[in-house]
Amino acid sequence: MDSRSSFSIFSLLAHAGGRAWDRQWRDAQPKSAYDVIIVGAGGHGLATAYYLAREHGIRDVAVIDKGWLGGGNTGRNTTIIRSNYLQPESVALYEHALKLWEGLSQALNYNVMYSARGVLMLAHNHHDVQVFKRHVHANRLAGIDNEWLTAEQAKAFCPPLEIGPHVRYPVLGGALQRRGGVARHDAVAWGYARAASALGIDIIQNCAVTAIHRGPDGAVTGVETEKGRIDARRVGVVAAGHTSVLMGMAGMRFPLESFPLQALVSEPVKPVMPCVVMSNTVHAYISQSDKGELVIGAGTDAYTSYSQIGGLHISCETLAAICEMFPSFRRLRMLRNWGGVVDTTPDRSPIIGLTPVPGLFVNCGWGTGGFKATPGSGHIFADTIVRGQPHPIAAPFSLDRFADGRLIDEAAAAAVAH
Amino acid sequence: MLLIPCPWCGKRPENEFRYGGQAHVARPEDPASVDDEAWAVYLFLRDNPKGRHAERWRHIHGCGRFFNCIRDTVSDRIETTYKPNEAPPA
Repeated sequence: MDSRSSFSIFSLLAHAGGRAWDRQWRDAQPKSAYDVIIVGAGGHGLATAYYLAREHGIRDVAVIDKGWLGGGNTGRNTTIIRSNYLQPESVALYEHALKLWEGLSQALNYNVMYSARGVLMLAHNHHDVQVFKRHVHANRLAGIDNEWLTAEQAKAFCPPLEIGPHVRYPVLGGALQRRGGVARHDAVAWGYARAASALGIDIIQNCAVTAIHRGPDGAVTGVETEKGRIDARRVGVVAAGHTSVLMGMAGMRFPLESFPLQALVSEPVKPVMPCVVMSNTVHAYISQSDKGELVIGAGTDAYTSYSQIGGLHISCETLAAICEMFPSFRRLRMLRNWGGVVDTTPDRSPIIGLTPVPGLFVNCGWGTGGFKATPGSGHIFADTIVRGQPHPIAAPFSLDRFADGRLIDEAAAAAVAH
Repeated sequence: MLLIPCPWCGKRPENEFRYGGQAHVARPEDPASVDDEAWAVYLFLRDNPKGRHAERWRHIHGCGRFFNCIRDTVSDRIETTYKPNEAPPA
């Protein structure tokens, strides 16, 4: 790594006089061949490339993206991190990621602003109370922190929360994961890109894949792109909402449907929101960024779409819920809203591993909640690509599960009603 | 919000409807005779095109009837809607 680009108190002082910072990664042009190609330069793809180089010494890697780095769902999500899922397979996966989050800024020498401020999931009816208590007990058996709070305890943890009984969906309590929190989404992409680039990996932007090439034996031989053909014996597709399109290029249908998922932010205000609050029942989630904006997550549209916009009524319904839960936020103005295209699976768990096409690997199906898994996802996917067999944590998330019936049902744990 | 032309009621706002997924998915005639892969295809595999998509909707807060719809999944423009017993337009 170029010593000038290493962050420390000394480099900060050196730049205090106004000297510009250097570019943090090389904007590479493609070579004709690589050892491994990763399609998709979002957080998961960049993390995969970083761990390929860092953990396995494989540096002849290209990460290619049809747009700009981190410009898809990585830059569009609401940055929530937690590991309190229900099923043991999911707990292993998301906890693996959470442990990596805790040391990520140090590992990358880049501040990803991971903040374990606590994620509070609210219960509004009898069913919610039962489900969340079940989650709490399942998590405690698995060694994952998650605790039940009464409405009064929830109010003490999150003072702006309204817990009065006079609303349509009063707060009856909540499940709190204290190690959960948020991180800066852009910094995660930039930090992985910078670290991967420093290890010799080529990050190639504005280079859409237009075809996947296969040899006479059916195995992958490379990809066709807007910048020409690039050969590789191993290709990892990490393309979120466009995974179906890429898999179609290799002649495969995948159990994925793509939906627009929206988020929005308010005007920036002083610190008012100490934690993350999520509510499945009224469908809203909210935290405050370090810039002061309230970051609000809305739902998916009812229908499949690649529009990256979503219907305005979806955001409006979420804002109605936010206003009821947090009356003091009613006068805030919204600055902007946007959508991302998320790929959902039938059981709301991701697909990580091999495909029927030799040499073609896939990491997809993260649906509405992939950001939290970014480090763990990249870590186990890199291992899967290197060994040609699923990492033990990835193994249950194989494509085969839809035929053999070993589904990992997280429809209740996914915070977004689908 | 989409403005969806119900074949019976005319154009109505999207929130009167419930989305029903891909249209024309045929249930195997004899489920007991198909293997696990074929059954998984029926249960879980859906077209997810970036472009023209044939899909079902139900006018739950109107006439209550199912119908089919051709929509572009990039622009979200609805090309046409048609009744369940009608063949999809070419």
